[in-house]
Amino acid sequence: MTHAQSDIDTAMDELQHAYDEALAAGAPARHHPRRDYAPYRSSLLRHPKRPLVPVTGGDPETVELSGPVFGPTDVTETDNDLTVQHGGEPLGERITVSGRLLDRAGRPVRGQLIELWQANASGRYAHLRDQHPAPLDPHFTGAGRTLTDDEGRYTFTTIKPGAYPWRNHTNAWRPAHIHFSVFGTAFTQRLVTQMYFPNDPLFPHDPILRSVTDRAARERLVATYRHELSRPEFSLGYEWDIVLDGPAATWIEEGR
Amino acid sequence: MAETFLPTPSHTVGPFYGYALPFPEGEQIAPKGHPDTIVLHGYVLDGHGDPVPDALLEFWQAAPDGSLTGAPGSLRRDPVTGGHLGRNGTDFTGFGRVATDADGHYALHTLQPGNAGPPYISVCVFARGLLHHLFTRAYLADGADPLLDSVERERRATLLARPGENRSYRFDIRLQGEGETVFLEFT
Ligand SMILES: [Fe+3]
Repeated sequence: MTHAQSDIDTAMDELQHAYDEALAAGAPARHHPRRDYAPYRSSLLRHPKRPLVPVTGGDPETVELSGPVFGPTDVTETDNDLTVQHGGEPLGERITVSGRLLDRAGRPVRGQLIELWQANASGRYAHLRDQHPAPLDPHFTGAGRTLTDDEGRYTFTTIKPGAYPWRNHTNAWRPAHIHFSVFGTAFTQRLVTQMYFPNDPLFPHDPILRSVTDRAARERLVATYRHELSRPEFSLGYEWDIVLDGPAATWIEEGR
Repeated sequence: MAETFLPTPSHTVGPFYGYALPFPEGEQIAPKGHPDTIVLHGYVLDGHGDPVPDALLEFWQAAPDGSLTGAPGSLRRDPVTGGHLGRNGTDFTGFGRVATDADGHYALHTLQPGNAGPPYISVCVFARGLLHHLFTRAYLADGADPLLDSVERERRATLLARPGENRSYRFDIRLQGEGETVFLEFT
């Protein structure tokens, strides 16, 4: 069965309205998407129907209150510059994306691994199963890694990715986005998400972005253009801070 | 702890992480050739019982001596070529990452975790269609345990990996429906 964009839009509007009403009636804000968001059709058979089972953080021996660690051996010098990984300059608009990795108390998460991956400037992934008939760029793969510094800061140099079509419904297009994978100090803080660019006209039509029904939470997925981060005659600068959810291990001052 | 910063929402890993996230020897937490190596393996299945061929699983566990400090070097790189060197062959990083294959199958080679109580490996599940990852645990033995004891009797088995031949343990993950795996929420 094929779905028209208008069907998907109507379904998204209904879920948005229901969320807004619940919020106005005093329900707590929902920062993450629900796993059963029907307009994103791949979610239908892939979300649990039973409630999650709580594990309370009281037990310090809970394995998930610690997490994997990474170090300088896990990244190479050029891993955070996606424009120099091949013999020539990739096509597209060069950008610098920078921000801080923080926990919910605003404390920097230091020395942790941030990975990203993205489509090229024409909206094509360097992935065999991406069938979008847009050109591959021999000078761009679109995968990068870095470790956060002592202030929790990260920086990537890359290319602004293009929008691309997908098969959720007829004429479905994803707004331009960069996929991020982030580790905290505890496995419970693990996060995989996507960063968007300001003022994209595709936002209202995208069931993945709109699966985050909380409007303020949705805005936290959109980077901010920062002229100070733009580099003269080189790249446009975007700032995007990432805040990790989930219980963290006991904070050790000056640790990590 | 004051929680003044609001969290960045989760999103699905999507279908195209394959050239970015998996890394050579991601499934080999055990040092190469270690005589005590065990294999945790199984299938990821959707609500129709069909295999999920594009799931990404991550594993985190205590070292055999019980330590939870981990070690860097899971994704060790070659600074000269920029390629992946694989793990250094001795350090136990405690972290593994495996994409399911076309049959929805995964296999992790590791050592027995030495955590207090029944040994378990923590599992984080990502997939296209899964807007927010899921946590579960693969227990390698049954026993008194705060989580195991808190779930209903008929669901407890979904957290228990079944010992098989050649030091293997079978642990299937059912995302939905009959025999749905117990997934966890850390509070
Ligand atoms: Fe994408």
